[in-house]
Amino acid sequence: MLELRKDIFADERDDNLKEIGKGTQRQDMLGHVTGTSPYFDDHKLQGMLHLKVVRSAHAHARLRRIDTSEAERSQGVRRVIRASDVPRNLNTLLSLINFGKDDEPSLAVDKVRYQGEPIVAIVADSPREAFEAIAKVKIDYEPLPAVFDVEEALKPGAPVVNEVYPKNTFTYHETYDRQQLRFGDADRALATADHVLEQRYQMSPIEHAPTETNGSIAAPDTNGRYIVYTSTQALFFSVDTCAKILDVPSNTFHFIGGTVGGGFGGKVDTLTEPLCILGAMLTGRPVRYVFGREEEMQYGPPRGAERIYIKDGVMRDGRVVARKVRAYFDSGAYTRLSSYAAVKCAAHLPGPYTIPNVHGDVYCVFTNRTPATAMRGFGVTAMDFAIECQMDKLAHLVGMDPMEFRILNAYRDGDMKAHRREAKNTALIECVQVAAEKAKWPLREEFKQMSSRKDGGGIRAAVTLTPRESHALAAAPAQQRTTYDRAPAATRESPPPPPSSTPPSPPPPRPTAPSHGATRFSSVFGTRRR
Amino acid sequence: MAKTALQFQHNGHEVAIFVDGGTNLLVALRELIGDMTPKFGCGQGGCGTCSVLIDGELHLSCLTLAETVAGRSVETLDGIKDGPNLHPLQRAFADSFAAQCGYCTPGMLMAAKALLDRNPQPSRAEVVEAISGNICRCTGYEPIINAVLAAASGGRARA
Repeated sequence: MLELRKDIFADERDDNLKEIGKGTQRQDMLGHVTGTSPYFDDHKLQGMLHLKVVRSAHAHARLRRIDTSEAERSQGVRRVIRASDVPRNLNTLLSLINFGKDDEPSLAVDKVRYQGEPIVAIVADSPREAFEAIAKVKIDYEPLPAVFDVEEALKPGAPVVNEVYPKNTFTYHETYDRQQLRFGDADRALATADHVLEQRYQMSPIEHAPTETNGSIAAPDTNGRYIVYTSTQALFFSVDTCAKILDVPSNTFHFIGGTVGGGFGGKVDTLTEPLCILGAMLTGRPVRYVFGREEEMQYGPPRGAERIYIKDGVMRDGRVVARKVRAYFDSGAYTRLSSYAAVKCAAHLPGPYTIPNVHGDVYCVFTNRTPATAMRGFGVTAMDFAIECQMDKLAHLVGMDPMEFRILNAYRDGDMKAHRREAKNTALIECVQVAAEKAKWPLREEFKQMSSRKDGGGIRAAVTLTPRESHALAAAPAQQRTTYDRAPAATRESPPPPPSSTPPSPPPPRPTAPSHGATRFSSVFGTRRR
Repeated sequence: MAKTALQFQHNGHEVAIFVDGGTNLLVALRELIGDMTPKFGCGQGGCGTCSVLIDGELHLSCLTLAETVAGRSVETLDGIKDGPNLHPLQRAFADSFAAQCGYCTPGMLMAAKALLDRNPQPSRAEVVEAISGNICRCTGYEPIINAVLAAASGGRARA
C-alpha cells in the first residue's frame, strides 16, 4: 500500500480556511508591480510573422470580386488567407452548448454584414508589410441597403441582415422569434389601474476599451500541436471553438492564457485565435495577430444596444399592478452571445418586485452594426436602468417617496415570481433601508419596520390566471448542422408548452446537500441539467 | 530598408541595436531589446501604458522615435527594483491593491516615479495630475493615488 506523505506538505495549506474579513494578497500582484506578468504579447518567438485582416468598408454589401494578386506579390508577404482556406468557415459561439445556428464566417464569403468585418487575412514578415499588402487588396463591393435600428429591422421589407435568420430575429427553441413572459393578465390590470405610465428607454453600445487589445500568438509545436498564447477570457471555450473552425481535435492545441489585460466581457468571442492558428498552420511559422487600438474600439464587439418600452399600471396607494415590457436587444450582424443576453433580459423581468400581472417580450435583433457580446451583466444592466427610472417616475406619479415606493413593491420571501418560482432569500427591502440610512434619507417608521421575511407568500404566492394567446407558429426551420456535431441532440430541449392557466407542478426537490459537478441550473435553456 | 545603428543607456546598461527608420521606442524596447515591461495600449499617446523615463523625464515610448534616444538614458519598470528588492512604489502598489489586471501598472509606476523623483512629498492633487495621462480600466484610480501617497510618506520619507 502506497501512502502519500501528506505530513511533508502539511504546512502548505490550511484546510480550515478562515479568510473572510482578512485581506489576502493577489497571487499575481508581484508580477504586476514588476511588469513581469506574462500577457500574450510578451512572448517573442523566433521567426514570428504578423497577421492583419482586410476589413469591410461597407456595413452591408455583396462581395463581387476579391483580387489579392498584387497583395500576394507585395514585399514580405508569406501568405494570403481567403475564406476558402478556413476549414469550417461558419460558426456561432454558443453552438458548443447547442444553442443557436452557425451564422458567422471567420472570413466573409459572399457578403459583408457590418463595417469592419474581416474579408481576407494577410500574413507577412512585419506588421508594416502586412499593412502595405492590405492596401493592395482590391475588393469590388455591391453596396446593399443596411439597417441600423432594431425596430426598423423588424418591419416588413427590412433588409435581411443574416440569411441564417431571415426575420432578423434570433430563433428560440427553433420556433419563437422572442423570449416571452406571461404572468397574469397585464392588459386587464392596465385597464383598471389608477394610473398608467408608458415610457421608452434606450442604451447605446458600450465599448469595453481594455488597455490591452485583443490578440493571440500561435506557434507550431513539436509533434504537430500548436501553442497558442491568447488574451482570451474564456480559454477552454476558445480551444473548442478553434477546434471546430479548424476541424482538428481539440488536443491539437496547447492554449496558454489567464493573464488578461482587462476584459470585461470583450475577450470571450475568440476573435483572433482561429485565423492566427490557421496562419501558423499554413506557414509553419509562429504568427501574431493583435488588434490595433482602432480595431479594438471600432470593430471589437461592444455591449449591445437596447431599446426598452415599459408600460406600468399603478394604484393610488402605490402598488404596481401591471408591468408590460417590450425590449429589443441589438445583436449586430451576428449572434455571438446576444441570444443569451435576451434570455437574461426576460429572466430579469419585472425586476425585484412582486407584480401580479407581467407581460414581457424580448427580441434579439440582427442589424448591420458591429456584433455585440458579453459585458458586465449584459442583458440585465439596461433593463435595470429602465426599470429603476420607471420606478422613480411611478413614485412621483402617485406622490410617494421613491425609497418607500420600492419597499412597498419589493418582493418578499414566499412570493411567486413572474417565472413561477418562489422568491427566496430576498433582501431588497433591507438593501433600501440600509441605503436610506447611509444617505440619511428619512423613511417613515412603518417602512423601517418592513422586512423581506415578513408578510410574503399567502395570496402573494398565487399564480394569477394567465389568458391563453393564440400563436400562429411558423414551421420550425431545420437546425443547421455541421459534422462537428458529433453527438446530435438526443437530449434536445422540446419547445416549452404554451402559457397555461393551471398552476405548474411543484419544483423538483432540491438536492439534500450541495455537491460539486452535480445538477446545475442552465440559464440558457431555463432547465436543470446534468 | 537601411537600418540605423542606435546606442543608448537602458536601465543603466549600454545597449546597441539596429533600427528601421520610423521604429518607435516601444517597439525597440520590446522587440529588439526584449524589455517587455512597457506595454502597447493604443499607439496613439492616449493611454500611458507605454510610459518610460528618458533622462529622468516621463515620455510615451509609442510616440518617441527610437533614434531620438541615441546617447540618452532610458529607464523602464524593469530597472526600478534594487536587485531583488522592490522599489517603495512597487511595494506600495502591491500593499494598496493598486493593480487588478496589471496592464496599466508599468506606465502608472513610471509616471509615479517621475513625480516622486522631482517632488518627494506631493499633494493628492499633484498625484492626480501626475497620473492623468494614464488610463486604468479595472481598479479605478483611488487605490493607485493612495499607493503613490503611501510611497511618498512611507518608503520615500525614510529613504
